[in-house]
Amino acid sequence: MRIAVLSGKGGTGKTLLAVNLAAVAKNATYIDCDVEEPNGHLFFKPEGVQEEIVTVRVPQVENERCNGCRKCVEFCNFNALAYAKELIVFEEICHSCGGCIMTCPEKALTEKERAIGIVQKGTAGPVRVLTGMLNPGEPSGVPVIKKLLAEENPEASKEIFLDSPPGSACIVMESIKDADYCILVAEPTIFGVHNLNMVYELVRLLKKPFGVVLNKCLAGENPAEKFCLERKIKILGRIPFDQELGRLNSNARIAAAESEKYAALFVDILEAVRGEVRHETVADS
Amino acid sequence: MKQLLILSGKGGTGKTTIASAFIKLAEARAYADCDVDAPNLHLITGWNTEPEKKDYYGLPKAEIDPEKCTACDLCRQNCRFEAILVEGEYQADPFACEGCGVCEFVCPAGAVTMVPAVAGELMLYTGGEKVFSTAQLKMGSGTSGKLVTEVKKQMKEAAAGVQLAIIDGSPGIGCPVIASLSGVDMVLVVAEPSVSGISDLQRIIDTAAKSGIKTAVCINKFDTNMEKAEEIERFCQDRRLPFIGKIPFDTDAVKAVNNGQTIVDLDCASGRAVKEVYERTMELLFAGGAG
Repeated sequence: MRIAVLSGKGGTGKTLLAVNLAAVAKNATYIDCDVEEPNGHLFFKPEGVQEEIVTVRVPQVENERCNGCRKCVEFCNFNALAYAKELIVFEEICHSCGGCIMTCPEKALTEKERAIGIVQKGTAGPVRVLTGMLNPGEPSGVPVIKKLLAEENPEASKEIFLDSPPGSACIVMESIKDADYCILVAEPTIFGVHNLNMVYELVRLLKKPFGVVLNKCLAGENPAEKFCLERKIKILGRIPFDQELGRLNSNARIAAAESEKYAALFVDILEAVRGEVRHETVADS
Repeated sequence: MKQLLILSGKGGTGKTTIASAFIKLAEARAYADCDVDAPNLHLITGWNTEPEKKDYYGLPKAEIDPEKCTACDLCRQNCRFEAILVEGEYQADPFACEGCGVCEFVCPAGAVTMVPAVAGELMLYTGGEKVFSTAQLKMGSGTSGKLVTEVKKQMKEAAAGVQLAIIDGSPGIGCPVIASLSGVDMVLVVAEPSVSGISDLQRIIDTAAKSGIKTAVCINKFDTNMEKAEEIERFCQDRRLPFIGKIPFDTDAVKAVNNGQTIVDLDCASGRAVKEVYERTMELLFAGGAG
């Protein structure tokens, strides 16, 4: 069972929720797909970490063979190749499609591996912790996420929590495309609602079952709650605005492991998620 | 035109809240929202007029003509993005397709065409001698870096001769951030005092350093974790980055935002603090003469 935690806006509490759910779920796997700014490992502090380098294929040219025909330059839709006296490869913007190699009539192009990030696997008590990290300066984390999700063994644990990057672009799509259930985290501001609406449309587009967790709830009107009620969206739980919780979280402590009060809060949300997932499974069969 | 870009690495540290306050304080005549993935600046800058809208085309997407397709499977075997699906007939998945054109190249039957595809919408607000450029990327699209470049280009063209431009950036360190860095004169990073915030700050500083652009740091909600706020100040000293102020946590800020106002529209603690950060930013930005 893969449960993705996402939000259009950044800083709404995706990592807070994903980390604490994995911590209370027992024998769960936590996967940090926010490869640009991964934070979950700071909370879990996993042990026995194994690291693997993530590479992508990029072309390299053998200048003696290149006759300057520019067929590869014309073919490349990403403008990753240019010809000025000799062929120049802009490795950072290459999408690794392999088209230039196919188009070269002189067989002057071959591929080499280029490192763009790492994947780390470790454990924190009963929780398996997988983290992807994109190297600074690299534009696309998608290959790191692909590697990360391929590393995971679905049999190894009952529940897998995917901590998604913010936004709704390709990198989010990659993170959630195989998810069985999506949890959308929203904060009670008009920014929060605007961005909740985007991920709401994204999960509907992908036909994923989903529910919402309202975070940083203050007394008084909550525009995110109103949004959910108007659309009859399942509210899985509410996390109050709470200075103690904020302090624990800002010190990268797992709140559910620190106090029974917070453990109970996240167990309730987890049970609500499990209930929804069961409901979905029944509805599908 | 001097261009100031506001970034954060971590999401939700207050980029848009601070950008909107800066726009107000500077009475900025040119500004842009480069968070094309999750734009919010339009919600708080008080435009009542409709923007001029333009479709943004990313890379083309493959389309397979079932009449011509002979099911030879070459397109599927050569696609590195797993974008060719076989569900009865061969078809290209528009979300997975990155527009490289390999399938079109290898197809012996001429069944594949690369079709232009709308990947987002550019919006330009103009009026009262002001220009606001923004965009919305289409759900699940790639090429957000290219759209960011378009947003900035649109702003510059419409605001020729304007002295100052304020640009709200996106979270993370990937393609939209890298695209937003090109051509700007200074970066202001809004940091959050937490273990996660510090980790993300280091990564955005490393990313910005590759561009060689002058970068300053401020802390938002500094009083939510004083220890971590001090750690950020020390980090800035070690890295020789100008540290230009801290803004307190303020429930009035949430109220202002929910009323579509900036934090300098109210008399509140965060609004007063952001004024100081603004003044220091302008000193740094215009140091060495207006350009």
